[in-house]
Amino acid sequence: MNILEVKHLTKEFGGLTATSDINMTIKKNSITAVIGPNGAGKTTFFNMITAVYHPTSGDILLNGKSLVGLKPHQVSQFGITRTFQNIRLFENMTVLENVLVGMHQNLKSHWIGTLLQLPHIRKIEENARTTAYDILNYVGLENYVNENAGNLAYGAQRRLEIGRAIAAKPKVLLLDEPAAGMNPKETERLTNLIHDMRTKLDVTIILIEHDMNLVMKISDSIYVLDHGELIASGKPNEIRNNKKVIEAYLGKGAVSNG
Amino acid sequence: MLAHIIQNLPQVLIDGLTLGVVYAVVAIGYTMVYGILELINFAHGDVFMTGAFIGAIVLFLLMGMGFLAALPAILVFIIVIVIAAIATGLLGVGIERVAYRPLRKKNAPKLIALITSIGISFVLEDLVRFIAELKTGNYIVTAPPMFNHKFTLNLHSALPFFNNATFQSSFLLVLIVTIIMLIALDLFVNKTKWGMAMRAVAQDRDTASLMTINVNRVISVTFFIGSALGGATGVLFMIQYGTIDPYIGFILGIKAFTAAVLGGIGNIRGAMFGGVMLGLLEMFAASNLSIITHGAMGAEYKDVFAFIILILVLIFKPEGLFGKAVVEKV
Repeated sequence: MNILEVKHLTKEFGGLTATSDINMTIKKNSITAVIGPNGAGKTTFFNMITAVYHPTSGDILLNGKSLVGLKPHQVSQFGITRTFQNIRLFENMTVLENVLVGMHQNLKSHWIGTLLQLPHIRKIEENARTTAYDILNYVGLENYVNENAGNLAYGAQRRLEIGRAIAAKPKVLLLDEPAAGMNPKETERLTNLIHDMRTKLDVTIILIEHDMNLVMKISDSIYVLDHGELIASGKPNEIRNNKKVIEAYLGKGAVSNG
Repeated sequence: MLAHIIQNLPQVLIDGLTLGVVYAVVAIGYTMVYGILELINFAHGDVFMTGAFIGAIVLFLLMGMGFLAALPAILVFIIVIVIAAIATGLLGVGIERVAYRPLRKKNAPKLIALITSIGISFVLEDLVRFIAELKTGNYIVTAPPMFNHKFTLNLHSALPFFNNATFQSSFLLVLIVTIIMLIALDLFVNKTKWGMAMRAVAQDRDTASLMTINVNRVISVTFFIGSALGGATGVLFMIQYGTIDPYIGFILGIKAFTAAVLGGIGNIRGAMFGGVMLGLLEMFAASNLSIITHGAMGAEYKDVFAFIILILVLIFKPEGLFGKAVVEKV
């Protein structure tokens, strides 16, 4: 079953075409990687799915419903959340609060109730906190609950971003270069986490990543972009041996000489 | 000289605190909106003034219906302040919708929104003046006296170096109500879902919107709360000082804004502290300037004194007392 379908997606900035006629079908509960050289249009693609940019033409369907024209908060409420290439946490808020912000739409407490400390509101808030603690436990940040997010180490910040994104209970989770700047040990931990999230949280994962080891290891399918165009798609093995892909990464001479 | 200053200290504290908490609550309105939109909403002082007038209208209506004599004063007060707060809260939301949101949608420069807020400020002043003159024939309105029971603090007999201090019962009312408002706001911002969303939007609007937060709604909530607090404070001002006119919002607004800058603009606790400090400094100056300068400067120089302190603070700590210095990233 396809959860996300992208049809003829094109984005032009003035005269520059950032992505052109991209088609994708993403299976529910799969892990999909979007790869390509720098400037290939990968982040632009993510930005269109999350409604940061509106596509020039084409359509994006989540469970058959179009997301084009919605606002970012609506798309995230429908179940697509993300992390960022350059970490964008709420640095002056605590680790716990960052996760609670991610839970915003699921928190049904009314502020008047909070101020008056009504019993059922208290219960809701306590439950929210418990859920937030569970999430922090899950991403391995249980020891930093009340730390300011900005003070965390780099790898921990990346994991907190994931924690904040899954707090919204997404159907589709977009990870923009989750392993960037991580050492091999942190990367391995991240790989396990991504695997685990797919099974435990019943979430579909799409990631942009440059670490080919990671990509080949965890992806069910891979889409390759170059200069805004989709040049290849398929299973990791197919992509590994695809001439066009090797050309895109290493230049034209690489295939014949290699 | 020092003996004089110490003698007056209790009275200075009482008067300064009254004025200071008023500044503090109004300052919060400036600082909250600045925190979220980086907009200095100059219309906020006039929202405070409008609150005072709405309070006066409700009070006169209740008086006309005979409720003022029939009901206990505290109940009348609660009715008046709640109605004025809700009305000014809605006014704030309306101002944001009509004047600021369209500019934001078009990505207008922040300066345009600032000029717009000055425009709104004049519109409110003249609108209130027009209505007041139409109804009463005079734009200066004197509210029916409430909570004007006088108390004397008999300090002199126990502590001979102090003079006695006097205050009205409205002083206690102002103090209690503002403290309740400040604590409630602090809880709201730090503990509730919407308060947390507010802080998230203040830090990074785009990221917040990608985390399911409806940014426009958060901005509306911010304007409602800031304006409702400002309007309620207007009611307190009317009860404490008795006379109001459409221009009380201007200078008080400037001073509350000053208090917000003093505490570090964008920082809510900073605004509370800055407001109380400015009120105390101003009253200290009003009471002691002529003694300190041997008559060269009278009480009317109190504002000069307060603003000099502001300039000094900003020279040595430009981010305000509680603000964080912005580290320029290269």
